[in-house]
Amino acid sequence: MSNYRLHLMLCGGTGCQASGSEKLKDILEEELKKRDLSKEIAIVETGCNGFCAQGPIMVVQPDNIFYQKLKPEDIPLLVEEHFLKGRPVKKLFYKKPASAETIPHIDEIPFFSKQMLVVLKNRGLINPEDIDEYIARDGYMAAAKALLEMTPEEIIEEIKKSGLRGRGGAGFPTGVKWEFTRNAPGDVKYVICNADEGDPGAFMDRSVLEGDPHAVLEGMMIAARAIGANKGFIYCRAEYPLALKRLDIAISQAREYGLLGEDILQSGFDFDIEIYQGAGAFVCGEETALMGSIEGKRGNPRPRPPYPAQKGLWGRPTVINNVETLANVPKIILNGGDWFSGIGTEKSKGTKVFALTGDVNNIGLVEVPMGTTLRTIIFDIGGGIPKKREFKAVQLGGPSGGCIPEKYLDTPVDYESIIEAGAIMGSGGMIVMDDRTCMVDMARFFLRFIQDESCGKCTPCREGTRRMLEVLDRIVEGKGEPGDIELLEELSAMIKDTALCGLGQTGPNPVLSTLRHFRDEYEAHIYEKRCPAKVCKELISFEVDEEKCKRCGICFKKCPAGAIEWKKKQPAHIDKEKCMKCMTCIINCPADAIF
Amino acid sequence: MPKLTIQDLKRIREKAHKHMTLREGEAKVKVTVHMGTCGIAAGARECLETLLDELAEPGRTDIVVTTSGCLGMCSTEPNITVEIEGQKPVVYQHMDRNKTRQVFRRHVLKGEVQTDFALARGK
Repeated sequence: MSNYRLHLMLCGGTGCQASGSEKLKDILEEELKKRDLSKEIAIVETGCNGFCAQGPIMVVQPDNIFYQKLKPEDIPLLVEEHFLKGRPVKKLFYKKPASAETIPHIDEIPFFSKQMLVVLKNRGLINPEDIDEYIARDGYMAAAKALLEMTPEEIIEEIKKSGLRGRGGAGFPTGVKWEFTRNAPGDVKYVICNADEGDPGAFMDRSVLEGDPHAVLEGMMIAARAIGANKGFIYCRAEYPLALKRLDIAISQAREYGLLGEDILQSGFDFDIEIYQGAGAFVCGEETALMGSIEGKRGNPRPRPPYPAQKGLWGRPTVINNVETLANVPKIILNGGDWFSGIGTEKSKGTKVFALTGDVNNIGLVEVPMGTTLRTIIFDIGGGIPKKREFKAVQLGGPSGGCIPEKYLDTPVDYESIIEAGAIMGSGGMIVMDDRTCMVDMARFFLRFIQDESCGKCTPCREGTRRMLEVLDRIVEGKGEPGDIELLEELSAMIKDTALCGLGQTGPNPVLSTLRHFRDEYEAHIYEKRCPAKVCKELISFEVDEEKCKRCGICFKKCPAGAIEWKKKQPAHIDKEKCMKCMTCIINCPADAIF
Repeated sequence: MPKLTIQDLKRIREKAHKHMTLREGEAKVKVTVHMGTCGIAAGARECLETLLDELAEPGRTDIVVTTSGCLGMCSTEPNITVEIEGQKPVVYQHMDRNKTRQVFRRHVLKGEVQTDFALARGK
């Protein structure tokens, strides 16, 4: 195998597959064969590389050359110039935004060079469908250590020492959770991996499962050893077909090697894992609903306590951990709790993976040490806001989270600081919004999501969020009344106090956080019947400010309804009879003259 | 397949790690075959094949073989450059299969520069 001189690390994450990497692979194979290079150049399909916006991506090793946005027609040239003659193809390099400068090497691109990889240490380096490549990078060495050299108490002690907290969002100390479960009476216990990632804009767990599935299996194995379980479940949503496929392959390869099954590594310890597919209900990411779903019941939450550590799956003590939490575990066992607690801030240790998306140049998967500021993530790694627009807010934590405005951008990423700034750490979805986002409309989007996904079991969530949504609908349609803001606040407080599960209790958060930071926008909607970001159609008059109008005629050319009257050097005028309120003129006006 | 022991696990790690050094930037020796049109015409592909065959022999890790464009002295092709970490690179000229094998076994593996074939010592 070693007589390959080049490894072509072709990204096979969901993002790159969607932009055509599978097809590229076929063409590459064909071209290499044509030039008789198949024996000396290997194509390796990796998990998500992280820089999803630039896909399909290929990194050429050992030269460390990063190629982006590859198209089938680029391949013959690439094979001839680079792989045959050794001349990297400049036109396919990464280009710095807003300049013509190209960067050939992956480690010099700011998006990559400013990250710190712990959970994603195998990102783009291994073929996730080959267990040997995982083992080559110290895979299953941590499990071997935990099974052969450590007692369960020592494992728990090491995890406690590391300061690892749940990466699903709530941030409960993982070691403590394991200890509770270990000490709970009972001879049958379970480990569950929560892979029911459902927040809009979040794809961290999917990428970990697709790119490094064995890391999650190994983490589960160590957790099982620590609490005394012999059976594990991965609850993964059915909408992640590639993650499920790679998990399936990983589990069968691990079984073949005897790394799952009976008497693992001759330690006397038995453990096996089963995949359970979620059917698309957001609430099933809530731990009690998730367990109900595995038991074959309707996915409804139940009150806690008793917590899963006491009475979990089928009434047995159960540990439920998030994908990223479990992927951290092997690294901690291998490198020690002290190593891990040396990264991050006082109360939040280690790194955090974020799915950076929205109005930002470098959309993709980002891993940074805890304590990194939001500004660094959005502007240095993320490359700032595209189209010369202004930053307005960043949404963290999905429907349970909130928005953080410009003035809190220097907030370090740790569980407590993010809460102080009005959001939550959440599982890692990070949606950047520019100045063309209406915060009332955005809050309405998340509330509608909650309302759609509410299971209906408890009244505060079922009825309360519906009433809140009705108020927001009214405000957005220009029918807001004085007292609406106060009503929203009252309902929010009530729902937070009385809803049964986390979904309902945190449901009002998007409204509360936008009320805290952008109250003036709500007031403009209600009292002035005006949408400052020009998003809510009912509050736009579709008239041209003749003083601001540059008389350029762009709106005239773009209008699909022919509703704009314009002549050279004359201000434009909109015929309201013909106007469909499609927003095309507003989005394209360079002078912001339509109101 | 019989169950893995910890020794088996370590053995797989060593074996699989060998072909992955290429990706991890851990190589200590880099051998470059200059593959411009001139080099290919003069027989650089044969040199490259020889190098890859040599590399496939057991116990040879930390070495990468790569290609680059024409060096600029087309009359001396095929050229091969050997770079050992911490030493100045050495460029060889007029290479063929036998000379390449000798350079690999003596210079790359044992560190003895083959001055008979050398063109220059680089910076």
